Amino acid sequence: MQFLSPAEIVLRVLVQLIPVWASLALVLGLGLVFRKRLGLLGHVVGSGVGFAGLFLVGFWLFAAIFARQIELFDPLGQIAELQFASPGAIDPHSGLPYLFGGDKLARDVFGRVIAGARIVLIIAPLATLLALSAGIMLGLPAGYFGGRIDALLSFLTNLVLAFPIIVLFYLLVSPGILDTPIPYALAAVFFAFPVVLLSVLFIAGYRARPAALALRLGLTLVAGAWLFATFVFNADPFRLIQVSPSTLNIFVAVALASGPGIFRIVRGLTLDIKMREYVFAAQTRGESPWYVMLWEILPNARGPLIVDVCLRIGYTTILLGALGYFGLGMPPESPNWGTMINESSRFMRIYVHPALPPALALMSFVLGLNLLADAIREQSLRD
Amino acid sequence: MASFLARRLGAMLLTMLCLTLIVFYLVNLEPNLRKLAISQTEMHASDQQLESWLVKNGYRRPFLERYAAWVGIWPKQPNIDPVTGVATPRFSFCDEAKTPEFSGVLQGDLGCSTKFKVRVVDKLGPAVKATSILMFWVLVVMIPTALAIGIVAGMREGSRTDRILSIVSIVTTSTPEYVSGVVLTIVFAGWLGWLSGSAAAATEGHMTFYNFALPVATVAILGMGYVARMTRASMIEVMNAQYIRTARLKGLSFRAVVLKHALRNALIAPFTVIMLLFPWLLTGVVIVEVMFRYQGFGQALVDAAGNNDIDLLLACSLVSVILVLVTQLISDIGYAWLNPRIRVH
Repeated sequence: MQFLSPAEIVLRVLVQLIPVWASLALVLGLGLVFRKRLGLLGHVVGSGVGFAGLFLVGFWLFAAIFARQIELFDPLGQIAELQFASPGAIDPHSGLPYLFGGDKLARDVFGRVIAGARIVLIIAPLATLLALSAGIMLGLPAGYFGGRIDALLSFLTNLVLAFPIIVLFYLLVSPGILDTPIPYALAAVFFAFPVVLLSVLFIAGYRARPAALALRLGLTLVAGAWLFATFVFNADPFRLIQVSPSTLNIFVAVALASGPGIFRIVRGLTLDIKMREYVFAAQTRGESPWYVMLWEILPNARGPLIVDVCLRIGYTTILLGALGYFGLGMPPESPNWGTMINESSRFMRIYVHPALPPALALMSFVLGLNLLADAIREQSLRD
Repeated sequence: MASFLARRLGAMLLTMLCLTLIVFYLVNLEPNLRKLAISQTEMHASDQQLESWLVKNGYRRPFLERYAAWVGIWPKQPNIDPVTGVATPRFSFCDEAKTPEFSGVLQGDLGCSTKFKVRVVDKLGPAVKATSILMFWVLVVMIPTALAIGIVAGMREGSRTDRILSIVSIVTTSTPEYVSGVVLTIVFAGWLGWLSGSAAAATEGHMTFYNFALPVATVAILGMGYVARMTRASMIEVMNAQYIRTARLKGLSFRAVVLKHALRNALIAPFTVIMLLFPWLLTGVVIVEVMFRYQGFGQALVDAAGNNDIDLLLACSLVSVILVLVTQLISDIGYAWLNPRIRVH
């Protein structure tokens, strides 16, 4: 069997990633050129930490987008001769190299790591957005009204927070539970939050302009219907996205695990902001409570929320990795980073190369998000 | 203070009751019971045999009655053999009462582990002890290192030391235990060969630096960066306070200011953070125990969950919920006690 030399491997990897480099250069270059006009985002690009964070996050984002163009082999395909092949081994049939070598089932580690980015970058941000809309929808009234509502909602979130995450995952993401209505019911609740949030937002904000309200409400409801059809019932009317019940289950478990944290932050911010003059002004104008919450308090809470969302996508990525590591939810052949780490860690003493790439991939993505969050926090405090 | 404690304890009890009820519900879902029955009967048992096993062992009794019996506020019914009419224990390894009696968590009876074929107490006791040893060493390594990093970094904000240490701590917070465990094992067990990649021997009482360093380091790294960042933030806040400037202007040396004036106040926030970190470390411990084959609480939890060992899983959940709630309580009380500006009412 023939092998590429280490220098050739590095070169080939760089060449394969050309779509990523090009997009990164374009986006970061534009960001740097126009940083004076971009406000906060411009400051973030201009700072060293922020640039590093954007670079890492952007790298994985574009890797996920261009995964099909980057990978040389099908991430699930097996070539028997290349089991545990060293990095740079050349497939005798196609003449293409396994850049990071082959794993236990003779699959291409490089292609699998890139394909893994796709899984993470779809599930982690979406699940975080679900958790975010749930956190906003419940945290705002809890902080704004206080009293019984606050006591009840805080008790419920403390309940989830006191649940050891690992137990929650084992109970909620087991294959058996898919035969029960629990995951679908939870998914229906979680996917209802963004729809309800947007509807209330528009109803409260466009009460005086029925035409604009009808348009926005209609769009929200159509999008909501598609969301429900696709995710909860796995029946996308356009047949574009397939969401298997086990993927749905992961969405729900991860959103449930990170929702309470966002709830607490939103509640705390609301408690702080509701004492400001502009809130009193809106109340004196006779605005409805939901208008005050969604159009006065929420926009002014966005800074800390953006930082938290960045951190939380990273946290969600770690949770997804843990799920994959324990083999929960994802199919065993799926190229997600957690499963890859678990599989290869059993042979770690003999073959190092299948274990390191997914581990470093996961770490660098989370690191990028953490750096980005740090930079945003620092730059927004500066103003 | 007394009424604060009473209210907190009341809320804790309610939380525990709700959570155990949820866990009890989830482990008793039909698919999970089936899984248990399949693993407990011989291969290729028919649906009828599975059903009769579940009935025979009392899994078909009313849900709330079984939950109440598990808690210990309802008498646990003995298992009557339908043929002979004699009360026989469900499992040979686990002596259950022959007459109805109160025997639940409140009485200290956690039930029988179907997976390990022992009483849950006998399984969980040594497991919790093993994990406590692991956690003890994790804390011994983690807290001083994290505090030192945070204090040195926050002492002079923006200095080169501060930047380097901040990068180190942000990298460690971005590294989940299953990543750091793999990387550390590759480097120290694989390439250098200094340490062992398995802590299996450590469980049997042969605990050495050689087999125990990697699991401890892996869990410690997980929490270290977070505590260090909190300590740094707290230290920066204190160092910018008026009384520190006064102390400096009085002519005290930088060293004296840091050691005598800043440190005490800067350590209040990290204390609560460390306490709140326990639940987070618990997940890490589970992964590390599985990864390094250390027979502790985490391994028991994973085995229980994987085999739907109802009583063991319930006991594990109970232990972890208690850990979470107690550390929260300690963190609140400790915060108020350390910080004279806060008084609980």
